[in-house]
Amino acid sequence: MAYSLEGKTGTWEVVCGLEIHAQVISESKLFSGASATYGGAPNAHVSFVDAGFPGMLPVINRECVAQAVRTGLGLKARINLVSRFDRKNYFYADLPNGYQISQFDHPIVGTGDVEIELQDGTIKHIGITRLHLEQDAGKSIHDQHASKSVIDLNRAGVALMEIVSEPDIRSPEEAGAYLRKIRQILRYLGTCDGNMEEGSMRADVNVSVRKAGEDFRTRCEIKNVNSVRFVMHAVEAEALRQIEVWESGGEVRQETRLYDSARGETRSMRSKEDAHDYRYFPEPDLLPLVLEEEFVAGLKAKLPELPDEKRRRFCDEYAIPFYDAGVLVAEQATADFYESVAKGRDTRLAANWISGDFFAAMNRTGRSIENPPVSGAALGELLDLISDKTINGRIAKDVFEEMVETGAMPGAIVEAKGLRQVTDTSAIDAAVAQVLAANPDKVAEYKSGKDKLFGFFVGQVMKAMQGKGNPALVNEAVKAQLG
Amino acid sequence: MSLLNLTIAGTAQALAAKKFSAVELTAAHNAAIAALNPRLNAYITTTPELALAQAQAADARITAGTAGPLTGIPLAIKDLFCTAGVRTTAASKILEPFVPPYESTVTRQLLEAGTICLGKANLDEFAMGSSNITSGYGPVENPWKRNGSDARLVPGGSSGGSAAAVAARLALGATGTDTGGSIRQPAAFTGLAGIKPTYGRCSRYGIVAFASSLDQAGPMARTVEDCAILLGAMSGFDPHDSTSAERAVPDFGAALGRGVKGLRIGIPAEYRMDGMSGEISALWEKGVAWLREQGAEIVDISLPHTKYGLAVYYIVAPAEASSNLARYDGVRFGARVDGEDLIDMYERTRAAGFGAEVKRRIMIGTYVLSHGYYDAYYLKAQKVRNLILRDFNNAFERVDAILTPTAPSAAFGLGEKMDDPVTMYLNDVFTVPASLAGVPAMSIPAGLSAEGLPLGLQVIGKHFDEETVFAVSAALERAAGFTAMPSVRAE
Repeated sequence: MAYSLEGKTGTWEVVCGLEIHAQVISESKLFSGASATYGGAPNAHVSFVDAGFPGMLPVINRECVAQAVRTGLGLKARINLVSRFDRKNYFYADLPNGYQISQFDHPIVGTGDVEIELQDGTIKHIGITRLHLEQDAGKSIHDQHASKSVIDLNRAGVALMEIVSEPDIRSPEEAGAYLRKIRQILRYLGTCDGNMEEGSMRADVNVSVRKAGEDFRTRCEIKNVNSVRFVMHAVEAEALRQIEVWESGGEVRQETRLYDSARGETRSMRSKEDAHDYRYFPEPDLLPLVLEEEFVAGLKAKLPELPDEKRRRFCDEYAIPFYDAGVLVAEQATADFYESVAKGRDTRLAANWISGDFFAAMNRTGRSIENPPVSGAALGELLDLISDKTINGRIAKDVFEEMVETGAMPGAIVEAKGLRQVTDTSAIDAAVAQVLAANPDKVAEYKSGKDKLFGFFVGQVMKAMQGKGNPALVNEAVKAQLG
Repeated sequence: MSLLNLTIAGTAQALAAKKFSAVELTAAHNAAIAALNPRLNAYITTTPELALAQAQAADARITAGTAGPLTGIPLAIKDLFCTAGVRTTAASKILEPFVPPYESTVTRQLLEAGTICLGKANLDEFAMGSSNITSGYGPVENPWKRNGSDARLVPGGSSGGSAAAVAARLALGATGTDTGGSIRQPAAFTGLAGIKPTYGRCSRYGIVAFASSLDQAGPMARTVEDCAILLGAMSGFDPHDSTSAERAVPDFGAALGRGVKGLRIGIPAEYRMDGMSGEISALWEKGVAWLREQGAEIVDISLPHTKYGLAVYYIVAPAEASSNLARYDGVRFGARVDGEDLIDMYERTRAAGFGAEVKRRIMIGTYVLSHGYYDAYYLKAQKVRNLILRDFNNAFERVDAILTPTAPSAAFGLGEKMDDPVTMYLNDVFTVPASLAGVPAMSIPAGLSAEGLPLGLQVIGKHFDEETVFAVSAALERAAGFTAMPSVRAE
């Protein structure tokens, strides 16, 4: 069921495209040797190039170029072997040169394609228009002094990738799914940490609305939205605003808007008439960027397995459901963790445990896959104890909680607490006989046709055995003794 | 003996032979500067103490036997080169308080070769001009005088301070930069040799940028040989400048004696401009005759897009300048005039800091890059620039070098050609095309005008073939036998 919004005049379709700014993971900045690490004292990571001093010249950082190419390959996009840098001119206190070095009409990466999955399981393709490299500006801080602004240039010159999508997005859900998917791919590639709170990833959201069958109407751009949730909200809020404008007889003006997350609405920042004239022209301090085919091929050969491929492989190789595979590949580290646990074991059991008790424990303890509540080896040992019937599933849950709490290995816990599963049929038979003897009325009810009581007897037997009875054998014995 | 009227090559021999020390040589120059600079205004900043300290170090190298051909040679450094710890103004008030914490690659290489920095030479503000009258620190006086006249003449520009310093014997040589003729035209106006090498031959790192795709450093000196020695030390690939060429630096000096026998020298028809003075035409003819006599073959060639050179230059250079000069905003360095808010501070700072010519070019550059005008001006200019480059490439399939006049006239008076900037811009008509094409070009003093002022001839070569340019220039220098000296000079 396609997403649409009902207005007074009928049904409206939402049209959306995203421009994602992703900070490149690299040791140093795009055009200088200064450190590109986040944090540090204000203006601690600033070279004379970054500060725009007279006579300073940019020199392209090879690793940033490689990161952009890797990302392009990850987005199944065309890599442009010749691209060019341009200057985007505007004045601002935290833009030291008075221009940003960017790529205007010859970006390093051309058209590509990203696959997103919606809640209902639908797979949709979102086109990538381009990816280009550019430098970040610094930061102006206005609340440190009564009458002065302070400038931190640590980020000035850090490499950004701007990833532009086609206007293929048709709902807030798709916008969210697309943004998450891009973030996932970049994290897999190790080209951006995708940390939206720290600002290393942010999105400009282009939104318009139209009636079915129409061409595109005027769009508005919502700048610098910094979470998946806000992007989804902003798409809807802006679409509703535009519908109201159109339906009240007005006309949507092309403009740049801001999303106010506190109020859940967008508001005008500047109109098209006030838009900067950036006076783009080719950056004369840099030669055109020419990539060797071997350079690109070398990066391609070393590309990690990406989430879509990994998911399909998990389904095939480990015989787990598509949905479960999707959960496990969400983060590369989770997928690696799963594989380390599943290798040579019951792969479905491993998938269930990781997406169930393990994730729950991770969330509860506030830990992460990099610093898990139990190690992969410990979890593997626990699964082995289940598979070789040393313990049953119920006891396993208790053992697991003990592992999370104490960090002890499951084998040791089972031994120390005597949790070994009882498979001795005579002991089971005795326990069954005892339970049946203690509940003659229930036995009678069962025999008169109340089949549901079967579970009651099994439960009582397990309880009598402190949960350690082998569930299959207990079932068998109860059935036999009830006749 | 006078220590001021030597060549670099001769001085190196004298220093090696301990006829005098680098300290004595430097002290003589310091004294000459102290005496004459107040009049000529060739230097914006003088560095006599630094110079003496460098001279002592040079003498130590000479004594230790580790001296090179430039050890102990006192130079004027155009105040567009950033010099660590020495104020660098680009002749603009906006950089009046600016002391760079870094050294430009070209001057670093010169310092490593043992040269001595006498001071920072005056220039047109941000190298924008052909007369040195746009300097924020006052105009430079040309040490040459018309016969029987005391009228103050311009030294040309933008490297006018460098030119005046070397011509008046206030330095043995100088660094210049050339964007559309800024080394060659002042060299011609002051009777010096000066070469703009191939774009990419010298690093631009640490040189205050005017128009990045055109700016090139180069030497100015009293002989072609001295230029060859200086250029050797100034050249070479620099990882800090992406547009510098990753090529070996040839032994330029070795090319000087090659002669021109068998070389084909092109004479471009389009450089015979309407209204060109008879003197200039005659000098050009003389140059042709000299080369022919020494065995060169003279070939008539065509550079059909020459007439668009100035128009293209005055779009491309201001466009790049408008962007390059955006960084002078009062925020991080240089002069600042406080304002009500950020925009007000920008406006006050730039209004006070930039002179009229700089403002004019920023406005022209901003205009030609503006939305709706870009295609008509900047893009069209880039296309024509490519045609000009193609003209040269085509010509160089037939000839080894091209001979033209350097400038359409001799030095003019301070205050002349001031009424209309376009008249001033016409000074660069013969020098701009080589800049646009990025090919090396050299001016050599070839004779005197009827009024007794020096006139220059220009030799243009193929990309990275400065050696042929030097060979032809040396041949012209020998034939011209130019020995005249300016009337205002240190003795």
